[in-house]
Amino acid sequence: MVFLTQVVSDARINETKEQQEEAGMLHEEFSTSVYGTRWAGQDIPRFDMPDNEMPPDVAYRLINDELALDGRPSLNLASFVTTFMEPEAERLISENASKNFIDYEEYPQTCEIQNRCINMIARMFHAPMDSSEEECMGCSTIGSSEAIILAVLAMKRRWQIARDEKGLSKEKPNLVMGANVQVCWEKAVKYLEIEPRYVSCTEDYLIMSPEKAIELMDENTIGCCAILGSTYTGHYEDVKTLNELLEKKCAETGWDICIHVDAASGGFVAPFVCPELVWDFRLPRVISINVSGHKYGLTYAGVGWCIWRSKEYLPKDLIFNINYLGADQASLTLNFSKSASTVIGQYYVLIRLGKSGFRSIMTNLIRISDHLAACLEKAGFQILSERNGRGLPLVAFRIKTKKHYDEFDVAARLRERGWIVPAYTAPPNAEQIKMLRVVVREDFSKSRCDLLIRDILAVVKQLDAQDAKTIQENRNNHPSAKQRWALLRNIGSVAFHHPQLEGKERVPNKTNGVC
Amino acid sequence: MLHKHVDSDEIMKHAQESPVRNHTDRGKHVTTLAYGSRYATEGIPKFKLPEQSTEAQAAYQLIHDELELDGRPNMNLASFVHTWMEPEADKLIMENISKNLSDQDEYPATMKIHARCISIIGDMWKSKGAVGTATIGSSEAVQLGGLAMKKRWQARQKAAGKDTSRPNIIMGNNAQVALEKFARYFDVECRLIPVSAESHHCLDIKKAAEACDENTIGVYVILGSTYTGHFEDVEGMSKELDRVQEEKGWDIPIHVDAASGGFVAPFAFPKLKWSFDVPRVKSINTSGHKFGLAYAGVGWVLWKNEDFLPKELIFTLTYLGASEQTYTLNFSRPACFMIAQYYNFVRLGRQGYTSIIKNDMHNAKLLSRALENCGYFDLVSDMHRAKGVFGYERASGLDAIKESVKGITEYNEALPVIAFKLTDDFKRENPHVKQAAVSTLLRTRGWIIPNYPLPPNEENIEILRIVVRESFSQDLVDTVLSDIIWSVETLAASESGFDAEVFAQKTDPIQHAHKLDHPAHEGRKKKYGSQC
Repeated sequence: MVFLTQVVSDARINETKEQQEEAGMLHEEFSTSVYGTRWAGQDIPRFDMPDNEMPPDVAYRLINDELALDGRPSLNLASFVTTFMEPEAERLISENASKNFIDYEEYPQTCEIQNRCINMIARMFHAPMDSSEEECMGCSTIGSSEAIILAVLAMKRRWQIARDEKGLSKEKPNLVMGANVQVCWEKAVKYLEIEPRYVSCTEDYLIMSPEKAIELMDENTIGCCAILGSTYTGHYEDVKTLNELLEKKCAETGWDICIHVDAASGGFVAPFVCPELVWDFRLPRVISINVSGHKYGLTYAGVGWCIWRSKEYLPKDLIFNINYLGADQASLTLNFSKSASTVIGQYYVLIRLGKSGFRSIMTNLIRISDHLAACLEKAGFQILSERNGRGLPLVAFRIKTKKHYDEFDVAARLRERGWIVPAYTAPPNAEQIKMLRVVVREDFSKSRCDLLIRDILAVVKQLDAQDAKTIQENRNNHPSAKQRWALLRNIGSVAFHHPQLEGKERVPNKTNGVC
Repeated sequence: MLHKHVDSDEIMKHAQESPVRNHTDRGKHVTTLAYGSRYATEGIPKFKLPEQSTEAQAAYQLIHDELELDGRPNMNLASFVHTWMEPEADKLIMENISKNLSDQDEYPATMKIHARCISIIGDMWKSKGAVGTATIGSSEAVQLGGLAMKKRWQARQKAAGKDTSRPNIIMGNNAQVALEKFARYFDVECRLIPVSAESHHCLDIKKAAEACDENTIGVYVILGSTYTGHFEDVEGMSKELDRVQEEKGWDIPIHVDAASGGFVAPFAFPKLKWSFDVPRVKSINTSGHKFGLAYAGVGWVLWKNEDFLPKELIFTLTYLGASEQTYTLNFSRPACFMIAQYYNFVRLGRQGYTSIIKNDMHNAKLLSRALENCGYFDLVSDMHRAKGVFGYERASGLDAIKESVKGITEYNEALPVIAFKLTDDFKRENPHVKQAAVSTLLRTRGWIIPNYPLPPNEENIEILRIVVRESFSQDLVDTVLSDIIWSVETLAASESGFDAEVFAQKTDPIQHAHKLDHPAHEGRKKKYGSQC
């Protein structure tokens, strides 16, 4: 043992340092927390990819801080899309985030889970189960938009085939629907080149009237859309009457016109709240139904379902038989690779809740929306939506008497308090009606509802006290309208970031985009 | 204070007999651990929504255990789809899982990130002023690109007073299924150009130019054929189309399907001209979840500028004072994967992407040479050969490779994909060995390496394919190589052929249902390449 130590000179330390530096081993950035690094003092890369990498924790923190400016999903009463899931479900989702849904060969169990979901949902919609020859079919989608495009495509192709057989022209297909449809229907008909025929709404009937729908039909009608749960007011359209009238009409004329039910919002509500309502495959003319898993299916955004009564209604040339990575599979989707996690989330919800769970959640939602409707009515609003479970759990309301402020002012003031309650105008032909809408979702509890009522009353009181001039001034420089708009324009936040594109075509053509 | 005598026994007896108990009874399944719950013995609900609720923990555990049967993403050498992200990215994804990308008004910061991603990708593809959108994946993106071409063509034909009823689109028959889907779903005639060895198993630009007419809405050029990884010649196609325009006057645009190559070419081959710097390229799509290194669920489509995106396709929604413009097939969809993509951009930068893709290329070349070297295989892919050298006949055997590689730093531009087949010599000596059996036998060791035929016209050639991804390290190269050799030698040594068909057979319920009563269906069962 030698107790004699040589002291290391500074010169030698510097020498080693230089060597390390040459080898690129010294990183000076490691010493401080994220906010002490050089990246915190720089602009976050926005328009082109940075030349060099940055440490993961810094990248995480910077993006996370940016996202703090987003709204709070749970206070957004505009959207039907689920914003709460149980921690167990979240765990499943995060465990399976890296799985590619379409890779059946690699993830057979995930595929099996999709099949089970389709089985459960088809049964929930009373699909015919009595014949092994005529089994119904279904697929998972990203949401109702994809499902609707697929369903329209199937109706169009079926009509084309029928016309071909008879040797008739197939130039001018048309589709009949209410003017209250969600924007994706307009998309579907535009992209697939089908003439839309809208059944106009009236001031006292804001959904499609079956009688009027029948009048619009002719031999070129590929089908008719009925909405279970209008996004405007939550009303269920009268599918049963439509079915009866269609049966009569088709018997008279020899046409074969079928119904697609857009149950995006109502598909998981009606079977539990009003099982006696006949709207689904119990009606013979209903050939396909779509539903959003991410609305009252209580799963996060990214899952929808489309079910067809039988393969007869799903022309086979739309189905691609593909050899995927060595295994044969049939495919009918617009998307291909996608995340499997939301489908797994949906299955979790289905078996976790069961019918009793869905029933108690949906009943609670109806109870809360009835409570909200009752309170708002008492406060002097006119309620436009249904109650007692005869419609979706939402409250659409308007100011009853003519006042010096309108529904849009109420919405803007509520936004200042953190609530997002949208104001919009009713479908074309009734657009003079302005209304506000509160969507009651699973995480909108009674106590949160009471807080909202309190704030609505306060806003109304505040607006009543102000004169028309002040309100007009407020309108002009309100952050949620004008400034926000300007802000959005500056950052180019719309889907197309190019500034020239904006400013053109600012004519609003649809207001019910959010769902 | 007066007390009444309370007979607690009597009260308990009453309570037990009380019918109220039936109501509180609901909780009886909720008390035990997951494996003690009714589903541990009852079977999990498969076809019907169960009547009763289940404890959250039990439902989680059951589904979790079921999913254990799924494959292990990292050993899947078949798929391009990315399967690993950093924990920080995972965290961002979970924090934003409940955000809806279509809700532009509610999530302005998310929208800002979307706009930045478009900028970054536009810049990477050499365009100023590109417009574009995030999609679920390349399928949606390809269809949006095709639809825009169709509308532009219709507008042009209408302006000239011509017929718009018979549009057609041109692509190689190595195209991924999404491209053919577009043609069928949107009523466009699909003109598939057969591939050949001369065209490197992908689009033959001369034949493609010949197939054009005035009703051609555009040409899909694939950057990175999914079969063999070859890049199709975008610049060459553009020149051919220039010639067509000169001769016939038809102005035919190109859409580049860069699903796999969009994040490979800019970093591995920065000099290659394929993106918006080629004048005929009007739109490009890519998958963020392939070499963009994000999880499945994000793709991108960009147009050179807004002139190439017909206004009639764009939907303008007005909502609470904000105007939103969209052009997508999906509406509500998760925002988290798009955020993860931005995380990668910021975190990796050019340097990070370049070093990752260079590593992938390096490992792919290493494995290619090793496979060629072992003598059992011909390499159908050309990514390990010197620039300009194509075809497995020309460079089998180690010496030839060494010769061709010596002093040369440039290789053929392609994806880090290895496509290989058994040599003719080996097949002659071992007629009982089927190539598909190699793939099946490798499965027993956990590897998924698919075996499938090349596109029609070359369908007599079967290939095995390996996609080299970020997570495929050199250590795994060693292991997979020895396992491949093991499986070939095992098969050669076995007396009789090993019937892979028996192992590979699986019935897909959906397909099965459709096959019933549809003999016609059987007849037209064309195999679509959909490896992605």
